[in-house]
Order: sequence, then structure tokens, then C-alpha cells
Amino acid sequence: MSLLEIRNLHATIENHEILKGLSLTVNAGEVHSIMGPNGSGKSTLAQVLARRENYVVTEGEVLLDGKDLLAMKPEDAACEGIFMAFQYPIEIAGISNVYFLRAALNAIRKYHGKKELDAMDFIPFYKEKMKLLEVDESFMTRSVNEGFSGGEKKRNEILQMALLEPKLAILDETDSGLDIDAMRIVANGVNAMRSPDRAIIVITHYQRLLDYIVPDFVHVLIDGRIVKSGGKELALTLEEQGYVGVEAEASVTAVAV
Amino acid sequence: MERTNVSTAIQQLPSYLEAFLQLQQSPVHRQEPWFRGMREDAFASFCQLGFPTVHDENWRFTNVAPIAQTTFHLPEIPEDERDAVTEGDVAPYRLEDLAAQLVFVNGRYAPGLSRLPVAHKGLQVSSLAEAMLKERDKVEPHLACYADSSKEAFTALNTAFFEDGAFVFLPRGLALHEPIYLLYLNTGGATPQIANPRNLIVAGENSQATILEDYVSLGAGVSFSNVVTEVVAGEQAVLHHYRIERESTDVFHVSTLCIEQGRSSTVNSHSVLTGGVLVRNNIQPLLAGEGGNCLINGLFIGNGRQHLDNYMKVEHRSAHCASHQFYNGILDGESHGVFHGRILVCKGAQQTDSKQTNRNLLLSDTAQMDTKPQLEIFADDVKCTHGATIGQIDEEALFYLRSRGLDEAAAKGLLLFAFASECLERMNPGPIRNYLAKIIMRALPQAKQSEAGL
Repeated sequence: MSLLEIRNLHATIENHEILKGLSLTVNAGEVHSIMGPNGSGKSTLAQVLARRENYVVTEGEVLLDGKDLLAMKPEDAACEGIFMAFQYPIEIAGISNVYFLRAALNAIRKYHGKKELDAMDFIPFYKEKMKLLEVDESFMTRSVNEGFSGGEKKRNEILQMALLEPKLAILDETDSGLDIDAMRIVANGVNAMRSPDRAIIVITHYQRLLDYIVPDFVHVLIDGRIVKSGGKELALTLEEQGYVGVEAEASVTAVAV
Repeated sequence: MERTNVSTAIQQLPSYLEAFLQLQQSPVHRQEPWFRGMREDAFASFCQLGFPTVHDENWRFTNVAPIAQTTFHLPEIPEDERDAVTEGDVAPYRLEDLAAQLVFVNGRYAPGLSRLPVAHKGLQVSSLAEAMLKERDKVEPHLACYADSSKEAFTALNTAFFEDGAFVFLPRGLALHEPIYLLYLNTGGATPQIANPRNLIVAGENSQATILEDYVSLGAGVSFSNVVTEVVAGEQAVLHHYRIERESTDVFHVSTLCIEQGRSSTVNSHSVLTGGVLVRNNIQPLLAGEGGNCLINGLFIGNGRQHLDNYMKVEHRSAHCASHQFYNGILDGESHGVFHGRILVCKGAQQTDSKQTNRNLLLSDTAQMDTKPQLEIFADDVKCTHGATIGQIDEEALFYLRSRGLDEAAAKGLLLFAFASECLERMNPGPIRNYLAKIIMRALPQAKQSEAGL
């Protein structure tokens, strides 16, 4: 059984259809990259998988480990192993990172019938992950993302992912706004998470991040559908030729069909 | 026309008059002849002013008719010993490491329950009535000098009728580390009572202290707490003043904090309102000397049919002063919150730095909030900003927390707690802040799950 099975997914926001029959299969241990021009539906896909309620699924199904993901609330999806790294992480004043993350981890542990961690157990674990993402320990007590630079916010997303150990991580344009050093740190964090029982979907507009996080598969998303799939070399082709060529090819295919 | 207003505004005037005449005969008042004239003047202004109505700009959002229409009695001394407040009743309000704790029951000093400070180079924390009698030279230059009875009916009522309250005197140069806790217990009762606690805090030059006023109910019943606190901060003095209103929801509570700040003094006022049915919280600092600094920080949490009105009047009279107001409101049920922030910058108060922020969260469709900034600026080189928001819990933040595994209730609780924490974070870390955090958590049952994180 695949970890994630998306079949003919149609999703709308405010009665505007964004996803128009998207299908994708992701197995544990794989890294998939979804590339595409702005407005093609990349972020919508991420939001639907994270169960954002503003998006309405009108057709199709999504199975996570055989379970109906579309029937889950965001917190249930998180507890079942979905993690989305936000393109624009939210600032929450008044809640420290350490408090928030322990609460989140304990919510997930509780869901699985595991013992909750107290601060004594949690903090060493947190510190270890902070080292991996090369963040200062002062991160712990700072409010969630408040006053963070763009790079700090993205590192904080990956840090959360490292702590929560999801089955399926979706990185929504994690590279946007990152300089080359920050990108390297973020990519190291993500690569450290690669494992045979975890899958990662890297959503990006540009190929550069994929030099650091090398995907097993690359998919091109245009106008709400995956129009082309291939190996990591597809990303390089896209970088050179742009999406125009693929778009033309896709419309030809569509006509032919 | 005005006459009609007055008569409708004080429907219970005969009972106030009777009470005042009785009071004039009482031993309490005969002991302080020097203050008698002040009381008579105050009572005369009270009669003349009448209770404010919603036609009064400063009371536009708050109708005090329920106070004006009720006949209140001055508290009597309980005849039955069993009615007396015991050490057990006060136990939940004891804190370790205090400089002193004064306890008042229905506005009357309870010496048996109070803990006086250890002798400390001129520090005085005592009953005001006692100080008026024994330390007239310390009290007379200040009492009723900062709170204006000629314009404010509730202040006039307090001045005419107050029986007791706290007197805190910090001598020059004394930096007190431990807080002073002033506890006001309201026993409620079958007939509506009025208590008029009157406090005077005199902080000498270069002195420092932390003072907590806490208003608590021990029993149910309609009553009226009409508080006036006068604070005078001498040159370079630093005062942290905390006020908690957590009486039961059948209590009317009007409190007026008048502060006069000397040169380079700092006063931080923190208010937390969770109780009372009709509450008016007046905070009125006057920055009289150059370089004064004041922080006016507050949080009000309303539910049911509570009405919580916060009225600020910050007067910048000298140059180089700063005043920063931050008030957060959380309103649920059919509660109604008010924030009216006046900033008055007098001619000559150049280089004023004044800021006002009022943020409100409405948790129900029936909760209501009125917010009104009022800036009156007569100097030309000043920085004054104000901003107010009224909104619901941020959906984006809610989704963010839920996407990490927290269920909706826990996520909402965490966001509420975070919103309330903004107020806590402006307080100095320490036992008083922790104490307030617990009180806030109790007032926010939705945030209960977050308590472990404190």
C-alpha cells in the first residue's frame, strides 16, 4: 500500500476551481518534487493535504496509509503523520517555541497512546534538533516566529518537522526568500529526515533547492493537473527551458486525448 | 433642565443625605476635625454633580443607572461573631515574602487579619484612618489633593463617606523589594452595601515599591465598591502598582486611580479586571515633572452580562515625559467592554512620547466593545500614536496550531492565553506576576489546558 494515494482530486476555493483532477502516488522512503508556475495549484495541494477548511474538495479521494485523509480535521491529519512546512509561517506572539512544540508533540503522542513528555525529557531532544538546524538556543523561549527573519522562520518550520517526525512532510516553497546559506542549512535538516518510512513532497518554483534535496521524482503541475513526471533530471530541463515548453506539450497531449 | 438631571441622577439622595448626617455624628469622623470641611465640600459637590449619565461624554458607553437607583447602606459591624471574616477566609490570599499585607472588610480595616511591616527606616503601611489621626503631618499635604471631588461624582462620594483604606508612606531613598499587598474583602449580604475604600500612597524621592490592590468577594449579594486611590510619586521614584478586580458578578465597582508624578519618576500601573457586573476603572496619571514615565497596562476579561469600562486620562504637563497605554480585552457571552483613552498634552509639554494601544478579542456574537481614543494636543513637538483593534481569534494562527496536532479547543485556549500574556509580559517577572497569571487562567477556562506551561 502506498503512503499517499491521490486520485482525481478536484478542489475549489471560493467557488474557483484550482485543482482539476490531480493524481499522485507517493511511497514511503521517496522524495517527490512538485514544480510548476505560479497559480498552478501547488500551494492548494499542500493546503488540502494539511486539511485547510477553506478549500473544498469537490471530487476525488486522498488516502494516507489507506485512511481517508479528506475526512480528517487538520489536527487528526497531523496526528496521522502529515506535516506541512508553511510557505508563510504564522507569527504567534505570547507563545514560546518550546511551549508550543512540546504541546504539539504531546498532542501527537497522546493520539498514539504514548506517554506525554515533560520539560525535562523534551528540552534535550529539542536542543539536539536545534543544533541540526543551526539555530541559537534563544529560539526556545522566543515567541513562535515573532520577529523572526524569513530564513529563521523557514528553519523553524524544518525544526518543527524534525521534532514531530511526520510520515509525510510537505514543504511548501520552503526555499522562497532563502539565501544560499540558509537554503543549505534547511536542506541539511530535510536530508537528515530522509528515511525508508517517511516520504517528503518538496513544492518549489525553482530548481535550485533540488540541488540540495535531490528528489526521486519530479512532477510538473500546470493548471491543476500533473502534466509530466520524471526523474530528477526533469527539474534541470525545466530550469533551462521554463514551463512554456511543458505547457505546450501538455496542451498537445490534452488535445490528443 | 439641569435640576431635573440631578434629581433623576440621584434618586436615592435622601438616603445618602441621611447617611451623611449620621456619619457626621459618628466617632470615626469626629476624630479628624481637620478633614471635616473636605467631606462637607465633597458631599455638596456630589449632590450638585449627581451620578453621571450617558449624556456625559466621559460616560457615553456606561449607564450607571443601576447604581443610582439602588439604596445602599454603609456597612455595619457584624453583631454575630460567626459573621466575622476569619483567618481561614483570608488563607487563599496570603503570599510569601511580602513587606506587609493590610486586609479590609467592606472598606473597614481588619487589624487582626493584617500583617504590618517590620520597622524599616520610616516605612509606613497602615490604616489611613489611623494615620489621619496620628500622622496628620504626613497625610494632610496629600489627601484629596490629587483626586478631584469637584468634578467627579464618584470621587466626591468616596471623599464624603470613606471610612478607611491604606496609607503607604515610602521615605526618601527607600527601595522596598518585597511587595505590599492590600486586600479588600467584600462579604456581600442580604441588603446592598456600599464600601468606599480610600488609599493614599506617598512615594518619597528616589524610593521604590510594588503595591498590589486586590478586590475580592467572600459572599454573594448586590454591593458597591467605590474606590479612590491617590498616588504621589516623588522625584526619581519608581512604583509598580497592580490592581485586581475579581469581585462577584453582582458587585458594582468604580475605582479611580489618580497619580501625580514628579520629575523623572516612573509609575507602572497594571490592572486586571475579571469580576464585577458593572465596573468602571479610571486611571488618571498626571505627569507633572519633567522626564516622568508611565506605563498603563491592563487586561479585562468579560463574560455573561458583565460591563467593564476602562477610562484613561493621561495628562502630560511637562516636557520629556513618556506614557504608554496597552489594554487588552477578551469578551465572551453578552459582555460589554469599553476603552476610552484620553491623552492630554499641555502647552509646553514638548518631546512628549505617548502611545496608546487597545486590542480586543470578541469570543461571541453577542459580546460588544466600544473603543475611543481622544487626543488633545497643545504642544507642537510631540509623538502621539494610538491604535485599536477589535477582532475574533485569528483563523490563520488557529490553523497553524491545529496543523501541528493541537485540537481546536486546545489551540483556541493557547491563543487566548497568548493574548492575555501580552499584559503579563509587561509586568516585572516575579511572584506578583505569577499570582496574576493564575488569576487570569482561572478567568479563562478555555485556556485551562495551557496552565501547565506557566
